Amino acid sequence: MSEVPIAWFLVLSAVLFALGVAGFLFRRNIITVFMSIELMLNAVNLSFVTFSYQFKQVNGNLYTFFVMVVAAAEAAVGLAIILTVFKNRSTLNIDEVNSMKD
Amino acid sequence: MNAFLIISLIKIAIVFAVLMTTLAYLQWVERKVIAHIQVRPGPYNVGPHGLLQPLADVIKLITKEDLVPPYVNKPLYLAAPFLAITMALLSIAVIPFGPTIQVAGYQTWMQLTDLNIGVLFVLAVSSMGVYGVAFAGWASNNKYALLGGLRSSAQMISYELPMSIAIAAPLLLSNTLSLRELVGTQAGGIWHWNVLRLPCPQIIGFIIFLISAFAETNRVPFDLPEAENELVAGFHTEYSSMKFASFFMAEYANMITVSSMATLLFLGGWEAPWPAQYGSSLVPTIIFALAGLVALYHGMNPARKRDRLTFPAAGIVFLVVAALFQIGILQEWIIPLFWFCAKTGAILFAFIWVRGTLPRFRYDQLMRFTWKFLFPVAMLNLLVTGLLVAWFS
Amino acid sequence: MDVILFLVFAVIAVVCAVNVVLQKHPISSAISLIGVMGSLAVLYLLLGAEFIAAAQVIVYAGAVMVLFVFVIMLLNAGEEVRRGRSFMAQLLGMPLLVAFAGLMAWFVNRLYPESTGVHFGGFTGGTPLAVGRALFTRYLLPFEVTSILVLIAIVGAIVLGRKEMD
Repeated sequence: MSEVPIAWFLVLSAVLFALGVAGFLFRRNIITVFMSIELMLNAVNLSFVTFSYQFKQVNGNLYTFFVMVVAAAEAAVGLAIILTVFKNRSTLNIDEVNSMKD
Repeated sequence: MNAFLIISLIKIAIVFAVLMTTLAYLQWVERKVIAHIQVRPGPYNVGPHGLLQPLADVIKLITKEDLVPPYVNKPLYLAAPFLAITMALLSIAVIPFGPTIQVAGYQTWMQLTDLNIGVLFVLAVSSMGVYGVAFAGWASNNKYALLGGLRSSAQMISYELPMSIAIAAPLLLSNTLSLRELVGTQAGGIWHWNVLRLPCPQIIGFIIFLISAFAETNRVPFDLPEAENELVAGFHTEYSSMKFASFFMAEYANMITVSSMATLLFLGGWEAPWPAQYGSSLVPTIIFALAGLVALYHGMNPARKRDRLTFPAAGIVFLVVAALFQIGILQEWIIPLFWFCAKTGAILFAFIWVRGTLPRFRYDQLMRFTWKFLFPVAMLNLLVTGLLVAWFS
Repeated sequence: MDVILFLVFAVIAVVCAVNVVLQKHPISSAISLIGVMGSLAVLYLLLGAEFIAAAQVIVYAGAVMVLFVFVIMLLNAGEEVRRGRSFMAQLLGMPLLVAFAGLMAWFVNRLYPESTGVHFGGFTGGTPLAVGRALFTRYLLPFEVTSILVLIAIVGAIVLGRKEMD
């Protein structure tokens, strides 16, 4: 058995996605929540590339490329927002950012 | 399969040994060249003309007290120099030093491995090298180290951008990402090298790449984050003995990598400037013979008494090497290796020359230079190259 | 041989992903996430997507994660305080999770019979040549739109991050 069944890649992608969702829901630190979002995006990228292999087309790689670009842009803006929130509230705990008033 | 494995292991051993020796002696060359720029002799006492100085430095660094301060973040503190030097040495794996050679019946390339995304591999490994510096600054639990580490890594990622765009322009001319084929498309003489090639000579691209390479490797004039009189010592303030040595080995290995990349991308790799039938295989012989004759001449009446022995000895060594270049069996691999090392050595000499000559930039001047000047110029270079290649194809 | 490679890097990816979720200090989570991205890059190479593997290391692990690490170092984000959880939840949680994941894996495996095997060289269309060709002909509009998106992100990040002019 020198070939990896393609279902294993999809299972790995599902496990990583589930771990990303768990981190997103359970963590209180805003940067860790953001990193769980990146984990979810990576899991989806793996899924895209797996299907690109299965159908022997390059389109899956292209979608992965676009997801990467969008994730990079989102990381930049999201971290800038986190910096602004930290400047105003001096905390990174999302439970404490719970009032509109300063 | 078996022969391939054995040949690969032998190649790895040879490249590793040569690389480690070159790293040590690159430091000797740097100290000598900077010393002569500053009109002083440099390392002179340890061994003839200071040739054993790198050995003395290694012994000193190994026997120094390896102090791990108690307030550092131990896993990251220990991992950072390891990461820095691993990434620095990893990119040597894809650099071709010459064409195919015949060894005991097997034909093999003078390269450890060829990837068809070789250029992207080198870029990826240098992107990962930023982490060594960032983690060293963070783990040291020291304000100055943190600031130095952050500044240094911000500088490295800012200059990766013009470097990548400057790399993209000769790739438009050569149409391949594999380093082996990149040299193959520049065969045929100096007018085929990417720096002078006809739809668009890449002179500006070469200069942009070199400037970005200076900043990527944290060399003068961009060495503010690690200079001795700034921020105590930057990100390696809390490091001593072998870990400090590995940061410096990583810096020199990065220098060798970017010089090799500049040679492969712009200067034609291991190709001779004019074809061999017009006598370009005599050039190494002539250069070494001249060096040997100059050394022998100065050995006749030297300035210092000790040189009465060392200069003639060096002269004889040079003459022997010059004769080696004419042996027919060796010529097929020693001449391309000579051209590769000559071009890479010229760029390394430029690195050292700049270090002895220019003052350093302030940090905001450095950042302003890349974002407001170098990046737009690199984009313009890429645009013009693309336009000319599309027009003339 | 390919199976061993897949198993090693899949285990590394899952262990690092669990680490991202479980570690208290954000910097340990960031390092684990870099580990996940590195092992995913190797898995992309196994799937023949060489350009995407290189882009993953250059863009994701080498630039986006550097951004995360910078922000964590600048903000000096401390360790998180853990609230207490009930003992029953901790006892039942992990086995139930593993059982659920196993059920899902078995279901996915049944859905995809062993038709396609992944091995090195199974898919040769992931070269930069193929990706570039598709990117600049069929996907030209998304390419241009994402470049404008990146421009908007740059402008937004600069505006959000600058000092207030008082």
